[in-house]
Amino acid sequence: MEPARIYDQIHEFDNRADPYTLYAELRQTPVVRLDDGAYVVNTYEHIVALLHDPRVSSDSRNLAHPPATEQLPPSFIRVDPPEHDRLRGLTMRHFGPPHSPLVVESMRGELHELVKDLIDGIAGRNQADIVDDVAYPFPVTVICRLLGVPREDESRFHVWADEIVETLGPGEGSVEERTRRRQSAGLALAGYLGELAQSRRENPRHDLLSGLVTYHGPEGSMSETEVMTTAVLLLIAGHETTVNLITNGMLTLLRNPGMLERLREEPDLVIGAVEELLRFEPPVHFLPQRVALDDITVADVTIPRGSSIILALASGSRDPAHVHDPDRFDPDRPYIQHLGFGGGIHNCFGAPLARLEAQIALRQLAKRLVNPRLVTDPPPYRPSSTLRGPRHLVIAYDDVLPYQGD
Amino acid sequence: MDLTRCQGYGQCAFMAPDVFTMHGQEALMYDPDPEAAQRERVLQAAAACPVQAIHIDRMATQHRTREPELSYATSHGDDAFKRDGHIVIVGASLAGGRAAGVLRRDGFKGRLTLIGDELYEPYDRPPLSKQVLTGTITVEHTALPHLREIEVEFLSGTPATGLDLAAKQVRLADGRQIDFDKVLIATGVRARPWPNEQEAALDGVHVLRTLDDAHRIRERLAAGVRRVLIIGAGFTGSEVASVCRDLDLDVTVVEAGPAPLAGALGKVIGEVAARMQRDAGVDLRCGIKVEALDGDADGRVRGARLSDGSTVEADLVVVALGAVRNIEWLAGSGLAAGPWGVATDAGCRAVDINGLVTDDVFVAGDVARFPHPVYHYQFMALEHWGNAVAQAEIAAHNMLSDQAHRWPHLSLPVFWSNQFGVNIKSVGVPTIADELVIAQGSVEERRFVAVYGYRGRITAAVTFDQAMWLDFYRDLIQRAAPFPPDFQMVGRPDELLAVPAEGPPRLTPAEGATVVVTGHDPAERRVTLVRHQ
Ligand SMILES: Cc1cc2nc3c(=O)[nH]c(=O)nc-3n(C[C@H](O)[C@H](O)[C@H](O)COP(=O)(O)OP(=O)(O)OC[C@H]3O[C@@H](n4cnc5c(N)ncnc54)[C@H](O)[C@@H]3O)c2cc1C
Ligand code: HEM
Ligand code: SF4
Repeated sequence: MEPARIYDQIHEFDNRADPYTLYAELRQTPVVRLDDGAYVVNTYEHIVALLHDPRVSSDSRNLAHPPATEQLPPSFIRVDPPEHDRLRGLTMRHFGPPHSPLVVESMRGELHELVKDLIDGIAGRNQADIVDDVAYPFPVTVICRLLGVPREDESRFHVWADEIVETLGPGEGSVEERTRRRQSAGLALAGYLGELAQSRRENPRHDLLSGLVTYHGPEGSMSETEVMTTAVLLLIAGHETTVNLITNGMLTLLRNPGMLERLREEPDLVIGAVEELLRFEPPVHFLPQRVALDDITVADVTIPRGSSIILALASGSRDPAHVHDPDRFDPDRPYIQHLGFGGGIHNCFGAPLARLEAQIALRQLAKRLVNPRLVTDPPPYRPSSTLRGPRHLVIAYDDVLPYQGD
Repeated sequence: MDLTRCQGYGQCAFMAPDVFTMHGQEALMYDPDPEAAQRERVLQAAAACPVQAIHIDRMATQHRTREPELSYATSHGDDAFKRDGHIVIVGASLAGGRAAGVLRRDGFKGRLTLIGDELYEPYDRPPLSKQVLTGTITVEHTALPHLREIEVEFLSGTPATGLDLAAKQVRLADGRQIDFDKVLIATGVRARPWPNEQEAALDGVHVLRTLDDAHRIRERLAAGVRRVLIIGAGFTGSEVASVCRDLDLDVTVVEAGPAPLAGALGKVIGEVAARMQRDAGVDLRCGIKVEALDGDADGRVRGARLSDGSTVEADLVVVALGAVRNIEWLAGSGLAAGPWGVATDAGCRAVDINGLVTDDVFVAGDVARFPHPVYHYQFMALEHWGNAVAQAEIAAHNMLSDQAHRWPHLSLPVFWSNQFGVNIKSVGVPTIADELVIAQGSVEERRFVAVYGYRGRITAAVTFDQAMWLDFYRDLIQRAAPFPPDFQMVGRPDELLAVPAEGPPRLTPAEGATVVVTGHDPAERRVTLVRHQ
């Protein structure tokens, strides 16, 4: 089949359960030119190179045919240095090293508590939906606490966030329609967060949002709009991905006999397991928004300046030229280097938090569920081929053991 | 830890904040030997590192073949030798210890003897001028792991005094003769002492190379000093100055050259380093020499007289004048060994004074002087952690491989230094340069990429807190890409302005590009000749 058609097939909903055989075919052509002039890069080596290539921009305003300007300026995931570095730095100041190295560390206890409560919630039944009962509410709550969004407002932005994620191409519906829906949801969400930020400006608390609005330092401070776009970014990036990691995790562990038992007995195993999941069943399959600022030659194909570049992360992480026996789930690999969190300067901001969330959730699920099994395999998937994951993951089990500490 | 791989992602500092800390945006400090209670967090940190630079209970290897799962590598050699041979390694530090580990990993089952003149098992030197001096970690925590599991005979505190190629013996200071089938020379360098012996002997005058040196300087710093004088602003001197400022100690740095780090990075970038030092409160004096050190009646150092006629009062003096290669013990061996090191071929085999390559004598680390194909086969001697490790691995591999399966040492030189809250990294050879451009970022913010060129070809790149871009430039160097790199790039200054690099004058520069390096897997990495129009 022609490579561009393979790429189309990957986005067809019917192939959501297993895009991996198609990725393997796609990798025969490391760089594929699509009909609309975009280039898809599929192999590990070349994706890594482009993630660290300063000729590659994340700002769609650099496209040969830039999209119409949106109402809100792009957040730092979609701008380049020096803007990117400034905004990411101003945000990191309240989240991680060097200025706040203990923020994530100090959340460990809370993360355990949240998971404990969610699993307590499915005790007394014999069936649960991992997505709705655990994997979705958990990261949502975490990101709310981090940012400082009141829990009672959760359901309001739940809807907006879903809308934004489901419309992130490529794949479903017309581009214009998707863009319109995404923008209106984004505006509503931003409006909400803008108001919240305003109230934190007046009454700061110990949360990230308060940090963003009150900090003024030598490198400047964030404008109101910047606070808004950054908060939206964190909220979305922060939960529509982690849900898939936890769900894909449970699915994969249940598909690999013996894994759950091993997780129960070897407490450290979950660390490698989560890394291997990020490689083997990653939440983010594509980075669809890169732009070539100059002519770039990759694997003998010259990508002309102004072209859109799509990085097929999930394909790269299963590249046999990079990893031995790539289609085997093996948490014991001595080195697990994957593209699950991207790489280079846009590497996932929330990765430490996401890792901890997944490690804690999967370890507790493994420890507390008695004889868990899949009810349907494959499970139903969400529409998105980019942020790919099950819509539901129904499992049956005999019992839920009481929480025993970690 | 392999800080040459580290790109400052900071993931480890999130996961195990008691063990890993970021100083500034990208400069990582860590405790190489953390408490057992930290184990889970350290495992989480190691798993999270995007470049897999953290190694726990396992040996870090630079040359990872495509299938690192296979714990043995691809050596194809004489099986009898691998089973019953005797390999002697002289110099028990980074290169020596690493080579021993790789030999075992790659299936060497014979006798392995490690000879070292220090009393300690191999330890890591980079923390000595950083975490150890600040007191964040103690010297014991710098031990390089794994020797205990390697099954080596470790002769510590026993200097080698001679090498007899005909008899295939190493002579020891205690009179013993050790027979070998193959030998690895990894005796590194020592600190260049203060030239005036009497002044050097004053109480409070120190060099910094060994664990004992670091321990002594740390004790002084902890006891409290009025002012520290550092002679020489190379990497070691600058790092010590940075530590002094972290400890809020007054410090004067005297550098004979035009700027700190100018010997390694040229004057232009050296001047950036100079501003960094001055902003941090260092009393930096360049273009000036220390003429003499003065002591008091009790033989304690009091201060120094400088070539501009001024004086500095100081009760602690750190002499950081570079290093001297430990080659004296090879006198009369017939090897091409001299002040520049022991010459090798590109596969770490020693070359004798006739220019003939030996079969059974290998050299790795700071003591080696090897021809680099990318730099026109110019011989270079590097004092870089990453080079010592890479050469140790190549040497070990080649010791076990027949001639069809030997690997060339083609890694480009990579170096890092953490000082004044900035992570400085370099790839290539910045001293082989006539011009440089700031290709990305801003010098004012001390976040930038400087690209060095020689006669229209990129030869090196140096980053300040921009390590994530370094591999891009490494590839450009390997591909012999033209200088200046005139691309449209993110973070590119409005104008690319090539300025003279003003490096140190002594190096004979390479000619135009003759080869390119291809391949990623170490078994496939080769150079290819290119024709120049
Ligand atoms: C304070 C300090 C900070 C550093 N920081 C960095 C950094 O940030 N980044 C970086 O890339 N590099 C850094 N380095 C350089 C790095 O540590 C060296 O490149 C590395 O140690 C070289 O290892 P080696 O095994 O070749 O030599 P060495 O470490 O010098 O070891 C040689 C060993 O051989 C022993 N020996 C010598 N002669 C004899 C003999 N005749 N018989 C027996 N034994 C003998 C020596 O005592 C020594 O133990 C630093 C070095 C120092 C001293
Ligand atoms: C398993 C969960 C997660 C996955 C798989 C994931 C994946 C990714 C990937 C692949 C990128 C790179 C985007 C690009 O290069 O364009 C990214 C960026 C980002 N992620 Fe995550 N993410 C996860 C969780 C989180 C969480 C919990 C947060 C917030 C706390 C978060 C915040 C961000 C932000 C802000 C960026 C943009 C970084 C930048 O542009 O500098 N992510 N993420
Ligand atoms: S790249 Fe460096 S700073 Fe980042 S996680 Fe790895 S070791 Fe730590």
